[in-house]
Amino acid sequence: MAIEHHDYDVLVLGSGGSGLRAAIAAAEAGARTGLVCKSLLGKAHTVMAEGGLAAALGNVAPEDGWTTHFQDTMFGGKYLNNWRMAELHAKEAPDRARELEHWGAIFDRTPDRRMSQRAFGGHTYKRLVHIGDRTGLEMIRTLQDKTVHSDVDVFMETTITKLIKDGDRVVGCFGYRRATGEQITFSAKALVLATGGSGRIYRITSNSQDCTGDGYSLAYEAGAEMVDMEFVQFHPTGMVYPPGVAGLLVTEAVRGEGGILRNALGERFMEKYDPKRMELSTRDVVARSIYTEVKEGRGTPHGGAFLDVSHLDSDYVKRKLPSMYDQFLELAGVDITKEPMQVGPTCHYFMGGIKVDADTGATRVPGLFSTGEASGGMNGANRLGGNSLGDLLVFGRRAGFGAAEAAAQVGSVSLPQEEISAAQAEVAHFLSRSDGDNAENPFLMHRELQTIMGDGVGIFRDKEGLTQAIDRLESLQGRVENLKAPSDRLDYNPGWQLCREVKNMLNVSLMVARAALMREESRGGHSRLDHTAYSDYWGAHNIVIHRESEHDMTLTPTPVLTRDELVELVEARKEAEKAA
Amino acid sequence: MSETLTAGGTRKLQIWRGDLTSGQLVDYELETEPGMVVLDAVLEIQRSQAPDLAVRWNCKAAKCGSCSAEINGKPRLMCKTRLDHLPADEPITVEPMRAFPLIRDLVTDVSWNYRVNEQITPFTPRENLREGVDVLNGDFLIDQSETDRISEFRKCIECFMCQDVCHILRDHRMHNRYYGPRFMMRIASLDMHPLDGVDRLDQIADEGGIGLCNITKCCTEVCPENIHITDNAIIPMKERVVDQRHDPILKILGRTPNKGRSKPPARSATPEL
Repeated sequence: MAIEHHDYDVLVLGSGGSGLRAAIAAAEAGARTGLVCKSLLGKAHTVMAEGGLAAALGNVAPEDGWTTHFQDTMFGGKYLNNWRMAELHAKEAPDRARELEHWGAIFDRTPDRRMSQRAFGGHTYKRLVHIGDRTGLEMIRTLQDKTVHSDVDVFMETTITKLIKDGDRVVGCFGYRRATGEQITFSAKALVLATGGSGRIYRITSNSQDCTGDGYSLAYEAGAEMVDMEFVQFHPTGMVYPPGVAGLLVTEAVRGEGGILRNALGERFMEKYDPKRMELSTRDVVARSIYTEVKEGRGTPHGGAFLDVSHLDSDYVKRKLPSMYDQFLELAGVDITKEPMQVGPTCHYFMGGIKVDADTGATRVPGLFSTGEASGGMNGANRLGGNSLGDLLVFGRRAGFGAAEAAAQVGSVSLPQEEISAAQAEVAHFLSRSDGDNAENPFLMHRELQTIMGDGVGIFRDKEGLTQAIDRLESLQGRVENLKAPSDRLDYNPGWQLCREVKNMLNVSLMVARAALMREESRGGHSRLDHTAYSDYWGAHNIVIHRESEHDMTLTPTPVLTRDELVELVEARKEAEKAA
Repeated sequence: MSETLTAGGTRKLQIWRGDLTSGQLVDYELETEPGMVVLDAVLEIQRSQAPDLAVRWNCKAAKCGSCSAEINGKPRLMCKTRLDHLPADEPITVEPMRAFPLIRDLVTDVSWNYRVNEQITPFTPRENLREGVDVLNGDFLIDQSETDRISEFRKCIECFMCQDVCHILRDHRMHNRYYGPRFMMRIASLDMHPLDGVDRLDQIADEGGIGLCNITKCCTEVCPENIHITDNAIIPMKERVVDQRHDPILKILGRTPNKGRSKPPARSATPEL
């Protein structure tokens, strides 16, 4: 039977901010462009971003500029960032913010009617363009409407399970329509992975259920390199209670607007950990501080820290933090204008990802590009709040143009039949349950995976815990081929969907755990109890991962990509930090 | 003082199972945790009792608008509805939205909404933006009060529950004559943008079908973002249609484009469901 097939110059996988921005750019460059999303359009994880978009516009602090933003990003990333990416981001984010406004986005204003900017952890100046605490939604809606009115075909609720290669080149992909289970193939002269992160490998996460690391896994299997996978950002403030909402994000804007952290004894404990920046220290520091307070017995009744805005004017809180006010009132029965919230760390963001060329988003695999959280390098060892929304605009646009330009160099592509057959066999295998075949339930295996990652690869790590976690993950690897959907129906079958996602998450978990074991130091989002200090060697190296052969995941320490013309800026910042 | 969250013990749910050909409410029972929401319960049932239960969800934080359903007969977000806020002495019913075609179980085909959205002319800046007044070195100049006014509509998470409850769509099935509250509100947010240059009046009245709304405010009641859809979006636009289309003097003199806006939107018929 013939499969539904579509042919594009550029195909973008993922409809979060970076995917939409890439599709808009590719279409603008004249490429025939398709956009595939796993869920409905406009539902991607970007809608969850609350605080704002970091761009050195200087509307509130005229002394701000790209050099300071670049330095802040490098300092936040503990100097493991791809320098060129941090540079491009700092330079281009202001234009991308203005562009959004020209496409109809609405942001909060300064008294002189320009885009307002708020303070955020690790940013020297007030820098985050925002609208209340729903900046991500504003961006998604703006980009969504721009996409709909650009020449882009959108495929909603379409799951991609395999990238298809012809020789060395990625030439398309295979998947199925979620509503019917009907198979679908795409050929593309260039393909952009904008599939976001993989927070769902942890039980306590702020991430949407879609964040299952599909892009990391598909790219890895297709031969791309991954970078910085050990650096997982645990956002310091997630809800800790009630159990059903544990992990749900409490925006950093709460602290940006003046929220204070206290332990159960009433102590403002950030004085101990970062007296200079206090609550607005970088996320890695605040997350570790809260974790330490709880571990040492000074936690709140539900095992977190108190985060308090009740000293602020209650109307101001409701205007600046409306979603937080609603969220706590509805879900926890807490009125944040009157009493403190209880918060604790939650898995939030993957600094690491697919290794790309800064300027074009190209991976080392011809025809394959990546952008947004799916790609790595921009954020180094720790991401500053607000830099992801800038990242997805700056590099989404660049990847869209990069892919369109690459597509223009290619005549035509076709999908090798044996690759399609292999992809078909895999999805069919998940459905072909029979008695006595040791079938593994994807829902249960997902839980097991989350437990392993929480136990051994969480916010603090050591050799013993990591080694055990890797052993347990490897034993899962031996069972993953037995994953079977509990139901064999094709239409909107959640277990079937989860089978491939668990496979993806297992790939990602192994990358995170193995890289975490290799990096024998503590830096940014990676904290080793058995190697608590910085190491000079690791301070100059990223860990790059690729697949040598089917079960051979190879990790290679690789020198950080520096840039001569930026050395002075970086050294100046290092000196200033030392002096402080 | 914060409300005490108590475990609800065992709760009964009746979940609608079936497809376009047939279906019925099916009973389930589960042990609840403190603060559990309906989506937690549905996912636990999916995990442990009904692995093929089709349910659409994503953020589980009331921000994406994916998990809309009819809970005890009323459109609600499953992720924002706590079990202990629903009557304890009766089973909780969970059913799919009725205004849209069913895919399976709790999942409906909401693609019509996306086709409607494509019909709406996007934000287009006015041609005569004045330097220093409307724009400064490429930056838009907008007052916070104008931002606040539009911002209410832009809080919309597209859960489509206002569309579901709108009787023009739900009961009269006039999807091919009325855009529904969600898209009236979308047009309102564009129309009230101080720098937008498109006159959407004819679109609102004709393909949009704003005259069909008879202000029962059902949409406003179900909005999880508490947007005053009827009062702040629909009624002001209805008034403008009446003022500009039915004013006897304007009928003689001819209507001038709204607020000096000149660009008419590209228009095509209201999409079929």
